[in-house]
Parts: sequence; C-alpha cells; structure tokens
Amino acid sequence: MSVQGTITLDHGEGGAATSRLVRDVFLRHLGGPEVLEDAAIVAGAERIALTTDTFVVRPSVFPGGDIGKLAVCGTVNDLAVMGAEPRYLSAGFILEEGLEIALLEQVVASMAATAAEACVRIVTGDTKVVARGEADGLYVNTSGVGVMPAGRTLSSASCEPGDAVLVSGSIGEHGTAVMVAREGFGMTGDFKSDCQPLGDLARALLAAAPGVRCMRDPTRGGLATTLVEIALASKVEIRLREETIPVRGAVRGACELLGLDPLYVACEGRLIAVVPADQADAALGALRSHPRGAGAASIGEVREGKGLVLDTRVGGLRPLIALEGAQLPRIC
Amino acid sequence: MSQPDLRERAERCYDKIAALVSGPVSLMEVCGTHTMAISRFGIRARVPETLRLLSGPGCPVCVTPASQIDHLMAMAREPGVIVTTFGDMLRVPGSKSSLEQERTRGSDIRVVYSPHDAMEIARAAPDRIVVFMGVGFETTSPTIAATMIKALAAGIGNFCVYPAFKVVPPAMDALVASGETRIDGFICPGHVSTIIGSAAYEPIARDRKVPCVVTGFEALDVLEGVILLLEQRAAGKAEVQVQYRRAVSPEGNRTALDILSRTFTPCDAAWRGIGVIPGTGLEPREEFLSMDARRRVQVEMPKDAVDLPAGCGCGEVMRGLKVPTECAMFGTACTPSRPIGPCMVSTEGACAAWYRYGRG
Repeated sequence: MSVQGTITLDHGEGGAATSRLVRDVFLRHLGGPEVLEDAAIVAGAERIALTTDTFVVRPSVFPGGDIGKLAVCGTVNDLAVMGAEPRYLSAGFILEEGLEIALLEQVVASMAATAAEACVRIVTGDTKVVARGEADGLYVNTSGVGVMPAGRTLSSASCEPGDAVLVSGSIGEHGTAVMVAREGFGMTGDFKSDCQPLGDLARALLAAAPGVRCMRDPTRGGLATTLVEIALASKVEIRLREETIPVRGAVRGACELLGLDPLYVACEGRLIAVVPADQADAALGALRSHPRGAGAASIGEVREGKGLVLDTRVGGLRPLIALEGAQLPRIC
Repeated sequence: MSQPDLRERAERCYDKIAALVSGPVSLMEVCGTHTMAISRFGIRARVPETLRLLSGPGCPVCVTPASQIDHLMAMAREPGVIVTTFGDMLRVPGSKSSLEQERTRGSDIRVVYSPHDAMEIARAAPDRIVVFMGVGFETTSPTIAATMIKALAAGIGNFCVYPAFKVVPPAMDALVASGETRIDGFICPGHVSTIIGSAAYEPIARDRKVPCVVTGFEALDVLEGVILLLEQRAAGKAEVQVQYRRAVSPEGNRTALDILSRTFTPCDAAWRGIGVIPGTGLEPREEFLSMDARRRVQVEMPKDAVDLPAGCGCGEVMRGLKVPTECAMFGTACTPSRPIGPCMVSTEGACAAWYRYGRG
C-alpha cells in the first residue's frame, strides 16, 4: 500500500504514525526483519572500513539521480576507493513537516535500487521530523561498513615519482547537473549527474593493477582539490596535462557561463587512481573495459616536487590550489 | 584546431616573445576577462621575467567606489525598497559592510542575472521601489540602457537604476597621463571594443604614443596580441591594431552606442583606488531622470566613506604599480573567503584571478 499525504510532526513522535511510516515506506522498499530491534547484527571481519556522510542536496531530485541514490553512492564510494568491499549501510532521515510522502517514497525506492546495484544492504535506520521551516525537505545520513581484504593498504601518502594519474570518466558532471537543475538560467542541454556506485569498478581496477597506490572519489572540491590533497600527502608534484582531462562540451560551456572551473566541480561517480607506471596500461584498460569507467583517461603523472600543476593546453604552467570556500553550496 | 597544433603554435609564440623582449617591458590589460585568461592559461610562467603583464582597472565591480556601495546599502535599508544587483557585487566591501552582510540584517537585496529580471521584479511588485545597481563598462551599460527605455515605455515607474557605470578609454588615457606607471602597450579589451570600436583608442596611440592592440580571449589571441605590441615597440610605432578581427570593427556597434547615448550623458566618475577621472561616468539624460535611483530614493550618500582599508594594495594594483603578489596582505590576511580589498572579491578581480589560478 502506498502512503498518501505529507509528513506531519506525528510521523516523528515514535508512535503509531512513525510505525506506519517505517512499515509502509522504509521497510516496504528496503526490506528488514519481522521484529525491529535497536541494532542490526551482521557478519564481521578481521578489518572493517567505516565511513559516514550526510546529504543535503537541493533539489532533492535532479537529472541522473536524487538524494537517495546519492546517499547510497556517496558512502559506498568512500568505502570502495579505500579498497574495501562495501557491505552494510545505515540510513538516517531528517524530514521537514509538510514533505510529500510520495517524494520520500521515491527517494527510499531509489536508495533500495541503488543498494541492490551496489550489492550492499541497508540494515538499520532512523527518522526524525522537524517543524516546517526548520529543514529544507529532507536530509539523509548514511554510514557504511565494508570489509578490508587481508593485506590491502591504499594510501594517499604512498605515491611516487613516475606514477600515472588516471580518472575513470568525464569530470564535473554532478555539480553542473545540480546547479543547472537548481538555478535553471534557461540553460538546456545534456546535463546529467554521474552519480553511480563504484564498488565493482574499483574491484576490477585492483584486480588488473594490484599495485594501485591510492584511489579517491573527487566529490566536493572536484578533481583539483582531491589531487592537491594527494600531492601534499605524498610530498610530490602531480602534473596534469590539460587536454587529456575529460570534460564534456556541455559541462565546459555551462561552467564557463556560471563562472565555475570544471576542475573544481564535484563528481559523484568517478574515481581517481594513482598507479605505478608499469601497471598504468593495465589499469587504464581495466577501467575502460568496464561500463562505469568507459570514459577513463590518463591525465598526468607524479614527479619530484610539490603541489598540483596544470600544464595548460598552450604549454603554460598553472599551479592549482585547493578550493577556497564553497564554489557550489549544497550539491551533495 | 587539434591540440598538438595548438601547443606548437603557442610554442612558436613563446619563442617570438622571448626574441622580442630585451629589457623591462610593461604591458597592461584593462579587462577582467584578459586578467583571468592570462592567469588561467599559465602564460606568465612561459614569458621572460622582464615582461610584466599588468592588470589595470579592468574589473567594473572593483572600481566601484565604497561611497556608492555605502549609498546603495543606505537605500536598501529604506522601507519598501528592493535592491537588485549582479552577483559579483554582493560581497564587495563598502566602508563598513557589504550588500551580503546587509542582506543578513534584513534588507531586501536580490541577485539578478540581467537588468530585465530586475525590471520584472518591479513589474510584479508595484508597491515597492526596485533599484538596480548599474555597474559595468560599455559591454554592460547598453543592455541596462535598453531596459530603462523599455521600462519607461511600459510605464514601470517603480524601476530605477543606480548609475555607477564606467567608460574605459578615458581612464586608460588618464593612467598614461598620470605618468606614475610605465605602460609600453595596452592589451585593449575585446568585449568592450565590440561595442565602442577600435577607433576609440586612436587618441591614446596618437597623442600618448602608447601602442594599442584589441585582443581576443583565447590563449593564442592573447599571445598574438602581446607579439603585435612588442613588434610595434621594436619598430618604434604606436598604432591601434586589431588582433580580435573576428569580433571588432573600427566603428563598433552603432545600435548599442545609439541606445547608450539616447539614455545617458557622460559625467565625471570616481574610480575606487584611483580617484575621480573626468568624463568616465554615465548619468541618465533628462528624459530618464525619474529612473535615477539617487532621485527616486531620497537618501543622502553617507559621509566619510573609506575607499580602501589601510594596507590594501588594490589601488596600486589597478593603477599598474604592483602585481597582486606584491601586496603584503595577498594570500595571507586577504583571501577570496575573507577578502579585504575589492580585487579579491570579484572573479574578474586581479587578486582573485592570481589567487585562484595560482599566483600568476
């Protein structure tokens, strides 16, 4: 049975209304045990990876995804790029009084579908309702647990001169899609978030190139900020060759109009990998032969030195620094 | 053009530039888009150190005096007034506050993407007075003039404009005339020149003996513009040349210029960090006086404006006396998230471009 109407403060009081919401929206889509206990008991492992992330994106639904899909992908991807096998998620919701339950249901169904795609289970959750005006629609928090295979250590501090820098697809897609959906600006075009779970892509990459130094997903702050962090952690220079960085024309154009630099615009379905030179071809091949990494490219190399430097398309050299302040608020 | 071609052509330009530079040379651009392009393409790293590429007063937001921002904020505090502005203006510090800070204190200040949007706000709220902050060079002012003409015809009597416009060529002339900066050539603004035409720079080349090249915004455009200026200098010439031929004619855009002169008349204008430059402002003609925000909203311009805070180098940067990194506060006390001077705020400001695109 589908639930009609809007969220009321009653839905957050822990009584009958809460129970109905949990049963008819959350459990209906996400599944769960007959009797709900205060914690989920799951299988463990020698080493686990644990991460958490909170999602406040506006609008809640955007081309290519919604806050539910994003909340699953964001946390799954944080686990995956650490080399962990994502297994379990928790989901916490803050709902604003007056939220259409149909929208909530759409978001929850999207979480269920994305979790299935990512082979993770959402095993515990929580809902709170706040009065109208005290939140904006709905916010979602997810925490995730992944299993770390024995002996696997990936670290941003382990890159060495000569290593190759790869990205798994075109950058700036998510931030641009959300910005265009939100502000409109009368722009039309092929804008779609790249939001997708990356567990299987990361696994394929690690199988083909076991020497991968590190992987990162360039979310807030984008490609540039993430690579600045890696360069800093490894005490090396990373030099990017501008024309090799995949940016779609529509994204480039929209960013130009909005005064944004695609190098700093968030991705939600891309990974950056730093790999030893002798495994670079194998790594790139593995990414490109996977549907989630078809647009992968080798974009630069690690050198002796310091920081992130862009070798521009006209041979100029431009140091790239970490993003200052919020380029785009509330995109994830 | 394929990428290898582009790189090869750029390399040939760097070689030419290196061959043409044999001592200190200072070229100035007076357009925020050039400021950004030079930094974004990393060009400074590839030209001789003795070639200084200076940013002049090319960012209209940056040169808007604190007194006018203060005045606008005072208007915004009046009951019934809605202030509308391009987003760039929002965070620019006035003497004590910014439009953004005023907004958090309850003033109705809205960002619009065109003056037409501001006019529509006025149409939808006939019981309010909607002030549009008229900031911009000749690229922007014709659009605002056209909106004023339209609003007048449509009888939208609650729409008005705060005239803070600037015109570029006389300001360039004044910089040379001041004699305080060495300027061996002007990289003339591409966009502004599509409106005013390249002929507008003739007096600067002829009377001040400073070469002028109207230049486009792609990397090769900028490099070619620099080469043309250096070649003129080597040949002892001072002429107006157009590198940006695909967009700029000598006479400019007649329609836009007609709209402009129908609506506005030249006046003296204060440039932030520089001072008053005769004939570089625009104020509404008689017919449009009712749309002059300074008449429509009767609020005194606050006294004792502080144009630039102590220690801020924006004035020197915009007069070409310093590059941003030569300001003691650059990147330390003054950053884009905590800007002290106007050039660190606007994306087209020299300091913001240097900061964002890595110190050069």
